[in-house]
Amino acid sequence: MKDKRQMKNLININDEHLKELENEAIFVMREVAAQFEKKVLLFSGGKDSIVLVHLARKAFWPARIPFTLMHIDTGHNFEETLKFRDDLAKEFDAELIVKKVQDSIDNGRVVEEQGVNASRNKAQSITLLDAIEELNIDVAIGGGRRDEEKARAKERFFSHRNEFGQWDPKNQRPELWNIFNGRKHPGEHFRVFPISNWTELDVWQYILNENIKLPNLYYTHKRKIFKRNGIYLAWAPFMQLKPTEKVFETDVRCRTIGDITCTGVTLSKADSLEEIISEIAATRITERGGRYDDKRSEAAMEDRKKEGYF
Amino acid sequence: MKINGKIKNKSLLRLTTAGSVDDGKSTLIGRLLYDSKSIFEDQMEHIVQSGKRLGREELDLSLLTDGLRAEREQGITIDVAYRYFATPARKFIIADTPGHIQYTRNMVTGASTADLAVILIDARKGVLEQTIRHSYIASLLDIQHIIFCINKMDMMEWSEPVFKCIKAELALLVNKLNIPDVHYIPISAKYGDNVVDRSENIKWYDGKTFLNLIETIEIRKNKNPENKRFPVQTIIRPHTAEFHDYRGYAGRVAGGLFKPGDEVAVLPSLLRTKIKSIDLFGESLSECSAGDSVAMSLDDQIDISRGDMLVSPHDIPVISQDINLMVCWFNERQLKVGGRYLIRMNSNVAGCIVKSIHYRMNINTMEQDFENITINMNDIANITIKTSKPVFFDPYKKNNITGSMIFVDEGTNETVGAGMIL
Repeated sequence: MKDKRQMKNLININDEHLKELENEAIFVMREVAAQFEKKVLLFSGGKDSIVLVHLARKAFWPARIPFTLMHIDTGHNFEETLKFRDDLAKEFDAELIVKKVQDSIDNGRVVEEQGVNASRNKAQSITLLDAIEELNIDVAIGGGRRDEEKARAKERFFSHRNEFGQWDPKNQRPELWNIFNGRKHPGEHFRVFPISNWTELDVWQYILNENIKLPNLYYTHKRKIFKRNGIYLAWAPFMQLKPTEKVFETDVRCRTIGDITCTGVTLSKADSLEEIISEIAATRITERGGRYDDKRSEAAMEDRKKEGYF
Repeated sequence: MKINGKIKNKSLLRLTTAGSVDDGKSTLIGRLLYDSKSIFEDQMEHIVQSGKRLGREELDLSLLTDGLRAEREQGITIDVAYRYFATPARKFIIADTPGHIQYTRNMVTGASTADLAVILIDARKGVLEQTIRHSYIASLLDIQHIIFCINKMDMMEWSEPVFKCIKAELALLVNKLNIPDVHYIPISAKYGDNVVDRSENIKWYDGKTFLNLIETIEIRKNKNPENKRFPVQTIIRPHTAEFHDYRGYAGRVAGGLFKPGDEVAVLPSLLRTKIKSIDLFGESLSECSAGDSVAMSLDDQIDISRGDMLVSPHDIPVISQDINLMVCWFNERQLKVGGRYLIRMNSNVAGCIVKSIHYRMNINTMEQDFENITINMNDIANITIKTSKPVFFDPYKKNNITGSMIFVDEGTNETVGAGMIL
């Protein structure tokens, strides 16, 4: 775990707008707590969900967070993420549920993709929707941000899902001011996105300001990687390589953390939050530009979201 | 905020686009992002590729915000898209809203949180019904700043008389509305004239470019510093050994400034007590003001639950079951006298029945229509409702948090209307 506060003064931190975003996110979290019964916070071990947990702690201090953390586990994880997840749940005395895509495959709910580009990313939606149904979950808080992707840019804070878990982007409920309508019929649920209005840079500056612990994967480290379609992917024993693809080791860090099969890594030597922030401020590629799951088609995210994706 | 000519702290400006179909709202936002170098390489590659696929001959910047498949196919905006960008002067949240009357509810969604509205007008067409509707909605929502962008000047030979004529027509409209700060800019969103860079074609215009204007416009926030309002969202009861007796009333300040020791009245009981502490994550705050999410603990144990409100005993809001308000109707099913709905006003929920419909706004004439008072989807009307219990509120113009509400259909659970209390 890194703790690098000493350089904070070197970076121009914009407290006023971060404070406004934090106020908004806390307000949304409290609305969730008040309007729903069975509440989960979708926890991937990535920075956005770690920030969500931090905001939830702030929103309900000195009580423990009133949400169960839920991890949809593809089985293709960076190992450190799992340890980080378990430690975090223990440290903050939060309930943790893990639902495995492998179980959905074993019981025939999911047919595993084959071939070199096989990923369990899409399959997560089925495992997630099954868990929502099984546990009677009526709200799932997610770390989705509108700046990530063009379909996400259309999402409401309180996003309704019908009894099939589907999103209807052409017919969303109007969302006026900060009045959130979480009413629904039995079997339906909501996805709520408290950090909708945050940008990638806002998240990083907030992590720095609030001294939030992150997995070391976000900082530079040596890793075996290979290149596919212009994206550097982390190598893992279960990944199939094309004959032309060569694995090599170099200094990298993760800009996002998800399923290992579709999370691109960045060549970087940044080992402090300040360096990461400078890197992101200067980059010309979006955060999800390195996500293999979004490259599948023009409307890959919209299609997955309609099916129930995060 | 400029102090001694240096930018001390970046503020956040929320702006919304508005205007009729094909006036170029999405193109303006695309142009703004493109010319201010806020488009990333992979996004650029994406819109070039999808422009080719859709058979567009020139670079189509509207593809940046029209993110849904159906929008890209039809070349229209269906729902609000939010975009984020920053310059050294400010951070911006842009809501790019649809122009079709059919999607007015989505336009209102985007505009309801905006500090500033940018209304586009096609220079070839001038002021249209949707221009008037959106300007009126902006004034109803109490947006303090409007920028009228007279767009497509390239198609009108950059003509000054055309601009002046439309400006004069808009000025007449503005006279009927209540908008304190209005600006007019001739632009070409497609070619970028007066968006980020000053136009070479419009030499007769010596005002600010669009970007320069939104970077420098002084925004009025926290309109009600005296008006102490704290709606209680939820109660925090830790039940731990360390905080066994702690009871925190969590919420977001809707107006005024609160300090520990302040006397407050609790609504609806009207019981009085004092603020013991204002807490956030283990920190005791010396004060909190409009917009702050905090938890308050009080001197006395009083029955307080979600939906209640802490206010200054010397400035109590209206407490009543009869409310006169302006409503924007979003549903196919008409609003009718006798109709029953749930209303949600910040954290409070009550039942209501529509007692009377006084008039419908005729958008074309901007006059109140007392004869034809059938309220259909996208209509705006003045109505009176009776609530199932006494509720507390302020006029929307005084406080847009304690003065606003949504109407929810109990059968379908849909949000069917938005109300602004008079």
